[in-house]
Amino acid sequence: METTSIKSGVWTNQVDVRDFVLKNITPYHGTDRFLVGPSQRTLKLWEVCKQAILEERKHNGVRSVDTDTISTISAFKAGYIDKENEVIVGLQTDELLKRTMKPFGGFKVVEKALSEHDLKPNEALTELFSKYVKTHNDGVFDAYNDEIKKFRSLGFLTGLPDNYARGRIIGDYRRVALYGIDFLIEAKVADLENIQGPMTDAVIRLREEVSEQIRALHDMIVLGAKYDLDLSRPAETAKEAVQWTYMAYLAAVKEQDGAAMSLGNVSTFLDIYIQNDLEEGLITEEEAQEYIDQFVMKLRMVRHLRMGAYDEIFAGDPTWVTEAIGGMFEDGRTKVTKTSFRFLNTLYNLGPSPEPNMTILWSEELPQNFKDFCAKVAIDTSSIQFENDTLMRKSRGSDDYGIACCVSHQTIGKSIQFFGARTNLAKTLLLAINEGRCEMTGTPMVDGIAPLEGEYLDFDTVMANFKIAMKQVARVYNDSMNIIHYMHDKYYYEKAQMALIDTNPSINIAYGIAGLSIVADSLSAIKYAKVKPIRNEEGLTIDFKIEGEFPCYGNDDDRVDTLAANAVADFNNELKQLAVYKNAEPTLSVLTITSNVVYGKKTGATPDGRAEGVPFAPGANPMHGRDTHGAIASLNSVAKINYEDSQDGISNTFSIVPKSLGHNEETRIENLSTILDGYFSKGAQHVNINVLNKETLLDAMEHPEEYPQLTIRVSGYAVNFVRLTKEQQLEVITRSFHESM
Amino acid sequence: MSLNYQDNILNVHSIESFGTHDGPGIRMVVFLQGCKLKCLYCHNPDTIDTHGGEEYPIEDLVQMALKVKPYFGKKGGVTVSGGEPLLQSKALISFFKRLKEEGIHTNIDTNGRILNHFTEQLLDSYADLVMLDIKHMTEEGFESLTGAKNKETTFNFAKHREASGKPMWLRYVLIPGITNKPEHLHALGAYFKDYQTIKKIELQPYHKLGIHKWEALGWEYQLKDARENSKEEIDAAVNILENYFKEVKVN
Repeated sequence: METTSIKSGVWTNQVDVRDFVLKNITPYHGTDRFLVGPSQRTLKLWEVCKQAILEERKHNGVRSVDTDTISTISAFKAGYIDKENEVIVGLQTDELLKRTMKPFGGFKVVEKALSEHDLKPNEALTELFSKYVKTHNDGVFDAYNDEIKKFRSLGFLTGLPDNYARGRIIGDYRRVALYGIDFLIEAKVADLENIQGPMTDAVIRLREEVSEQIRALHDMIVLGAKYDLDLSRPAETAKEAVQWTYMAYLAAVKEQDGAAMSLGNVSTFLDIYIQNDLEEGLITEEEAQEYIDQFVMKLRMVRHLRMGAYDEIFAGDPTWVTEAIGGMFEDGRTKVTKTSFRFLNTLYNLGPSPEPNMTILWSEELPQNFKDFCAKVAIDTSSIQFENDTLMRKSRGSDDYGIACCVSHQTIGKSIQFFGARTNLAKTLLLAINEGRCEMTGTPMVDGIAPLEGEYLDFDTVMANFKIAMKQVARVYNDSMNIIHYMHDKYYYEKAQMALIDTNPSINIAYGIAGLSIVADSLSAIKYAKVKPIRNEEGLTIDFKIEGEFPCYGNDDDRVDTLAANAVADFNNELKQLAVYKNAEPTLSVLTITSNVVYGKKTGATPDGRAEGVPFAPGANPMHGRDTHGAIASLNSVAKINYEDSQDGISNTFSIVPKSLGHNEETRIENLSTILDGYFSKGAQHVNINVLNKETLLDAMEHPEEYPQLTIRVSGYAVNFVRLTKEQQLEVITRSFHESM
Repeated sequence: MSLNYQDNILNVHSIESFGTHDGPGIRMVVFLQGCKLKCLYCHNPDTIDTHGGEEYPIEDLVQMALKVKPYFGKKGGVTVSGGEPLLQSKALISFFKRLKEEGIHTNIDTNGRILNHFTEQLLDSYADLVMLDIKHMTEEGFESLTGAKNKETTFNFAKHREASGKPMWLRYVLIPGITNKPEHLHALGAYFKDYQTIKKIELQPYHKLGIHKWEALGWEYQLKDARENSKEEIDAAVNILENYFKEVKVN
C-alpha cells in the first residue's frame, strides 16, 4: 500500500503478515450501528446466485460439471456471475456453480461422482488415468495392508481421506495482497537455494515441494491475468486487497478439493486496507460493505464434485470455508475491527448461510459491543460458531491463527495439519467385551482380550480390556494415517496452499474419535449399575440388561464426566506413543461432522442401553435426552474434557429454543453472551449455537421450498437444513433442545 | 418418606442449571418438594406432595451452584422455587447463608403463606430478592384457585418484606375470566401501588402445559375449560397494571 499512514516493520522486508497486522490494526470497540445494507449491485448478483442454487437443488445437487478439463489454478478462462455488477471477480470455472474434476485424489471417485449424475469423464482422460497416471487413492491402496482394510471396512476407522483430498491446510492468502506474487516467488527461490545436501529423502522431497510451490505461484499470476489483475505486485487499495486475497484462495479451491478448505483469518487484515481507504476518503462505508458482501458471496459459491457416499460423513455439501473472526493479541489488544462486523453483517445482507463457516474467537476480554453483536447474529441466524481464544492462544502459543475445518487451531502460514478423520471409540469399547472381535461380524480384530467371566460386566476387567483395544486400534489408525499422508504428498500435493506457507512449517496430525458420550455412559453403567450382556450363539453381545441407576454424561456429574475425560486422555496417550510421517505432532479431536449417524449404524448395542444402529451424539455432545439437569450442566460436562488431551478440538453443539434463552431479544443477547463467557471460563474449547424451535425444523422437513436458507449448526459447521437427508434431519430433531422447566 | 426438616438437608424435586425466567439473569433453580396449596393451574403439580423428593445435603447444592457460578454473570444467581420453598425455611437459612458467603445472589419464588421466625430471618438476612406470587385479590377467588383460606397471609408477608426495605417482585397468573378482570387488576394495583420495594410485576399468562403432569399423577385437571389469553387480553392487563407499577413484564 503506497501510503504514509502504514507503519513499516519486520514485515516490510520479509514475509510476516502478523507483524503487519499487529503494527497497523485499528481495533474497534463500538457498536454495529455503522453497518449498512447491501448495494443494488450486490442484490442483483445475489438474485442470480439464489436462482442458480435453486436450479442446483432441482438437479439433484449439481447444476453442471465440466467433464473435459482437469481443474488447475489456471485451467479455466475467466467466469462471471454478472460482470457489470461484480466488484470482486473470480469463479472456480467459467460458469457459476459449475463443478470440476480434480482427479488426483482418486480417479475412481470422480468417475463414481459423475456416474451418479449419468455423466462420464472425457474418454482421453479416462484412458490416461486408467493406464498411465496414478492418484493418491491408487497409492494408498497399494500400501494398505489387510489389517488396515479390515478396520476400515468394518467401521472402526471411517471417513479416512484415502479416496478424497485431505484438505485442512490453510494457505496464508493474505500474503498475495500484502506482498504481491513476485516477492513471494523471490522468497521461495531463496529458500530453495538454501535447501542443500546431503540429499536425504526429506531434503529431496522438500526441494521438489518448493519447486512445485514456485510453479504454483507463477500459475497464480496467470490466473490473475485472466481477470485483468496484476497479482505480481502488492494490492494498493482496499478493493484490491479483497480481490487479491480472494484470488489466492480461489487458486487453492481450483487446484484442491480437500474436505475442508478454510480461509484463515483475513477479516482483520483486510480491515487495515479498508480503514486506510475510508480515512483517506477514497471509499464509503457502502463500498467497504460491498467488497465484503461480494467476497463472501463468492465464498458461498465454492463447489466441489462429490460422490453420494461422501454425503454420509459430510452432509449438506459443505466446503468449510472457515473464517476465524475476533480474538485477542498477546499484547492485550483486541483483533476485533469494523471488518469483523462487516463479515457478520453479510448474514443479514445476504441472509443466513452455512458458508463461509464463520467462527468467533471468543475471549472474555473481547469488546462487549462485539460480544453482544455476535450473540445477536447467532440468535438470528444459527449460522456461526464460537471457539475459546484465550485457551487456544495460550495452549498453542500463537495469536495469528485460523480454524482448519471446524475446531482445529492452525497458526497461519507457519503450520499445517494432516487430517485424519476419526475412529469409532464406542466400537473399540465393544472389542473389550467381545474377546477383541467385531461385535457385528465376529471378525477377530485385536489379540490379547480374554473371554469375560461372570454374569455381569466387571468394571476393572472391562477397563483393562478397553485399554488393550485402544492401544491396538491406535496402532492401526496410525499406520493408515502414515500411508495416507505419504501418498497425498506424493500424488496430490497442495502446491498452491503450501506456496503461501513458510517452507518448513510445523505439522500436527489430526486424529479423531467418535462415540465419546456412549463410551462414558457405558462405562458409567458398568461401574455404577449392574450390566448383564446378552450374547448370541457366537458369544457376541447383541444387547445389555441394565439393573439399577447410573449417572449419565451431560449432567455435570464428576462420577461419569471423569470417565469421559479419561477415555480421551487414554486414547490420546496411546496415539502419542507412535511415530508419524514427517515427524508430525499427534493431536486428537472429539468431532464427528455428521458421521455420528453412519457410525451409529455400524455399531451394535452398547452397555449404556443404546440399541444397535442408533445414531451417536455428535462430537463431544451428551447423548440425546440424557442431559436432564439443564443446559449449563450439559455444557459443564463437555468443558471437563481437557483441551491438552484433545488439541485438535472438542466439538459441542448447543441447541436451545428462543423462549428458553430469554423472554425478549435484549435478554437473549445478554444471556447468550454470558453463557459463552461462563462456558469458556471453564476451559471449554468450542460450541455451535442454534437458537431455533423444533417446530421450525419439522415444518422445513414438510415444506423445504419455503426454507431455502434455513441454516443449522451441526458439528463444527453449518448446513442448509433442507440439504440433509431425511435420516440426518430426524437425528438433528431428536437432539436435546434445551427448554426450561 | 415425609419431609424432614433437618437444617443441613433440602428436599428437592429437581434442579435446572439454566433458568432464565425465575429472577434476574441466568439462574440455577432449585425446585423444592412440597406445597400446602393445590392451585388449579399449577404447572408443576408433581412438586405438591410433601412426601417424596430427593434429599440433598446443602453443601452438595452449594457445590453445584459454584460449578455454574461462572454463567451467572453480573445479574444471575440461585433461585429456590417449588413447591413452596418456605416449608423448608430453616434449611434454606443455612443454604442461603453459604451462597452469600460465596458471593451468589439469592432469590425465593414463594406464595408467601408462611411467616415465622425462620422465614423472617431468611427474608431479612439472606434473601436478596423475593418473588411473591399473588393468587387472587378476593377471598373467594383465592380459595377456589388454591383450595386454601385466608389470602391475607400473603399480604402480611408482603408487608413484612416492604418493612425490611429489601427488593421484591410480584408475580400474577393471568387466567381469562378468573384473574384477568379489570376490577381484579385494579384492586391488585391499588393495593400495592405505594410499596417501595416492589421493582416489577411479572404477568404469567395461563397456559395448559402442565396438564399432562396432572394426568400422570392421576389427578383431575379442573381448569380444563379455561383458555389461554389472547394477545389483546394480555395487552389490556399490562395497560391497567402500568398505572400502578414501575415495570410490568409478561413472562
